[in-house]
Amino acid sequence: MKYLYYPGCSLEGTSAEYDISTKVLLESVDIQLTDIEDWSCCGATAAESQSHLLSYVLPARNLALAEKMNSSNQILVPCSACYLNLKKVEEAIKKDKDLLGKINTVLAEEDLVLKGDMIVRHLLDVLSKDVDIEEIKEISHNKMAGFTIAPYYGCQCLRPFTVFDDPEEPHSMDELIRATGAELFEWDMGGQCCGASNTSTKPEAGMALVGKILKAAKGADAILTVCPMCQMNLESSQKKISHKEGIDLEIPVLFLPQFLGLAMGKTQNDVRLDLNLSNAGKLMKARV
Amino acid sequence: MGQVSNERLLEQTETVKEMIQTCIQCGTCTASCPNNEFMDITPRHMWRLLLTDHADAVFSSKSFIMCSSCYYCTLRCPRGLELTHAMSLLKQAASKLKLKQFQRSSLFYEAFLDSVKKHGRVREMEFMTNYFISMKNPVIPFAYASLGLKLMAKGKVRPEFPFGGKGKLTALFKKVAELEG
Ligand code: SF4
Ligand code: SF4
Ligand code: SF4
Ligand code: SF4
Repeated sequence: MKYLYYPGCSLEGTSAEYDISTKVLLESVDIQLTDIEDWSCCGATAAESQSHLLSYVLPARNLALAEKMNSSNQILVPCSACYLNLKKVEEAIKKDKDLLGKINTVLAEEDLVLKGDMIVRHLLDVLSKDVDIEEIKEISHNKMAGFTIAPYYGCQCLRPFTVFDDPEEPHSMDELIRATGAELFEWDMGGQCCGASNTSTKPEAGMALVGKILKAAKGADAILTVCPMCQMNLESSQKKISHKEGIDLEIPVLFLPQFLGLAMGKTQNDVRLDLNLSNAGKLMKARV
Repeated sequence: MGQVSNERLLEQTETVKEMIQTCIQCGTCTASCPNNEFMDITPRHMWRLLLTDHADAVFSSKSFIMCSSCYYCTLRCPRGLELTHAMSLLKQAASKLKLKQFQRSSLFYEAFLDSVKKHGRVREMEFMTNYFISMKNPVIPFAYASLGLKLMAKGKVRPEFPFGGKGKLTALFKKVAELEG
């Protein structure tokens, strides 16, 4: 299987381990990724807070570049915020030809044209729908048996576009986790919000949401995420929040492909557990 | 509101008012909002104020900038209103009108987009530095300092921008500004 790949800014900077582990994992299940050439930032939530048209043009530029490559018509995106932004354009231009016209007027500045042939897929969508779960089972040989794992989805891979999972009670990670031999941690925080950039701009509000999630995860051996910002939020302030709440809330947080990679025999170095801000190595230490 | 008249605010919030015309004030949006305890005016109340032309009250509160775009309200609103988008439009209005009390968020977004415009991608260090400089607030950076140090220790903060392709999106930004007037 072949997909075009949109890593997004976080994956080439602060979340390099998400990028690396995604590639390592997909390679081992025979999925080929090709970077969208000269891709640029999707605008995150910043564009939408400043200009309506810009919030469409920035992701659209990348869709247009992808179309130009004439290879796959599917774009795989690991970052939930990027996914939402790219998906937003895919959906909007199906109905709103006026908007498509405006976007193309702007893209003409770079001699780009957007037709609307691309299908935007979240990494979790591809892992849970396109990858043969039996293959993961076979290769992993119950390697993760004994662990109880809490899946954290966050918001933007689930909502507002409900493409591959239930936006209120998500389950797409369940089978993937069980396929490794691990047990599923039952909780209802999987689809709750971590506060997004509030943790930077309005720390008090952001930390409160992260605190709720970490508290609910007590009893799990690790939390898995599928979004660089969720990951950063859940990992980066565990000590501070533990101190504030007066209980130990430290817990390993791993990107889903890091966990699946480990289950399938990759080393901690292959999936770069050393780059995680939480004590992710602790999870595997229990093993050796 | 002081700096800007209610008329001017109403002008800027016309689109939002239209969008939420059919609100039945059921309160589902408020109940679904993870940030509601940090809002002085609840989302439901905000829609009511906009519908009754009290835009000044909406902008005297900071409720809408607390929105973290989780899309729960949009998902659950029984009238199918695009509430997360409505929140963004309010953020856009606050930034356009350069309202003082929202300066902090506006500057954050501006610094971010500035980095995108220049490099095509976000250069995290530059974006944070610009943000702090434009805030002229020496205390706030300390809140980030610990995260910054953690990231640096992991070699995750790159002082040099990776390649970045032709990058620069100035032409696109200019055209957008032209079209939006
Ligand atoms: S959402 Fe974040 S990671 Fe994705 S392209 Fe935009 S800035 Fe980069
Ligand atoms: S959980 Fe937070 S970072 Fe993750 S998608 Fe939702 S708002 Fe964004
Ligand atoms: S959920 Fe929808 S209808 Fe109900 S109060 Fe909120 S905006 Fe109005
Ligand atoms: S999208 Fe914003 S306003 Fe709506 S529930 Fe989420 S945080 Fe609250």
